Amino acid sequence: MSSHEVTLFIDGKEIQANKDVTVLEAAEENGIYIPRLCWLKGLSPFGACRVCLVRANGRPQPACTQRVMDGMVVDNDTEELRGIRRNIIDMIFVEGNHFCMFCEKSGNCELQAMAYRHGITAPKYPFLFPQKAVDASHPDVLIDRNRCILCSRCVRASKEQDGKGVFGFTGRSIDKRLAVSSGEGLAGTTLDVDDEAVSACPVGCLMKKRVGYAIPVGERRYDQEPIGSDIESVAANKGGE
Amino acid sequence: MSKAKVATTSLCGCFGCHMSVLDIDERILDLVQLVEFDRSPINDIKHIEGTVDVGLVEGGCANEENVAVLREFREHCKVLISLGDCAINGGVPALRNMVPLKECFEEAYLQGPTVHNPEGRIPDDPEIPRLLDKVYPCHEVVKVDYHLPGCPPSADTIWAALNALLTGAPLELPYQLVKYD
Repeated sequence: MSSHEVTLFIDGKEIQANKDVTVLEAAEENGIYIPRLCWLKGLSPFGACRVCLVRANGRPQPACTQRVMDGMVVDNDTEELRGIRRNIIDMIFVEGNHFCMFCEKSGNCELQAMAYRHGITAPKYPFLFPQKAVDASHPDVLIDRNRCILCSRCVRASKEQDGKGVFGFTGRSIDKRLAVSSGEGLAGTTLDVDDEAVSACPVGCLMKKRVGYAIPVGERRYDQEPIGSDIESVAANKGGE
Repeated sequence: MSKAKVATTSLCGCFGCHMSVLDIDERILDLVQLVEFDRSPINDIKHIEGTVDVGLVEGGCANEENVAVLREFREHCKVLISLGDCAINGGVPALRNMVPLKECFEEAYLQGPTVHNPEGRIPDDPEIPRLLDKVYPCHEVVKVDYHLPGCPPSADTIWAALNALLTGAPLELPYQLVKYD
């Protein structure tokens, strides 16, 4: 073991990781999936959604921002944490207007997939049905804020990968909304349909126009296997080692 | 053994979930061996008398009549199931929940581009159930025991759930059968 490596335990499994990575990254490299929505590979961690909440040495921490430490004991797949994650997903659903039955993102949506993975058949909280605006001004990209989960993946991707800063937020708490860098709406920005910011959206908030329902039901990303299965199957294949 | 009693209704739904019940195809012959239908649009029985084992409710509550029917189901059903997205989250009818009811009426009966209403009257006959301010999911009105999402839930989903309930097996549906679309 080099001096750059640390040893930690996730749900009792001993793993080695580079000392500079986060708990989420260390887990993923070892075939352990920690559920997440606002984290996206290649973007700086944000810690917004809290779906990746784990107990690190007993303390609740988002796995996406928590660095690994030598000897750290991490709880991930426990009844308590699964319950917290279910509650967070429930809250995201009732705070927005998520009409899965006609959404173009359905079947490829990470929020929906997260609810499927956690066995949610109905949220436990009352629906709020908030008023949120649609911006269809851009010729190639649609913003439907009804579906926005405020993960900031588009905000970070536009800034860090596209070098543009097209997206940001206005308002606070329940009034927080996705905003764009022009008073003219999305059409007034420098956004291009091929920007990383567009494909970074985990839900159906930022959608490319004229490509909806391209994949038939049954063949979409999360139709057959739960989200995270790809990461876990790496572990299954390594099982003999 | 006497047959289990099943009741079904469509509140603010499109009957698509009932179509999906019929979509179990020839398995419906097995189903009629297991169950007897009480109140249901299939036999047009108007009210549940006595106790029913399983109630399937399609659609959310958009008006006072929906609430009355849902309460009758809750009162008479040992197990009540929200069948489909509208019962669970309001579904497409809940798109009006972001618009005040007054504006909905004005658009539908006064200002809509195809409206012909010279008297400018919004229907208010006492025979017409009054609309609620919003479309409510069933579990926000009465206690609901199980939710079967989908628009509609697939025939396989409905079959698996009914089979489990009627044979006393645990209601654990495989991943592929729980979908929101």
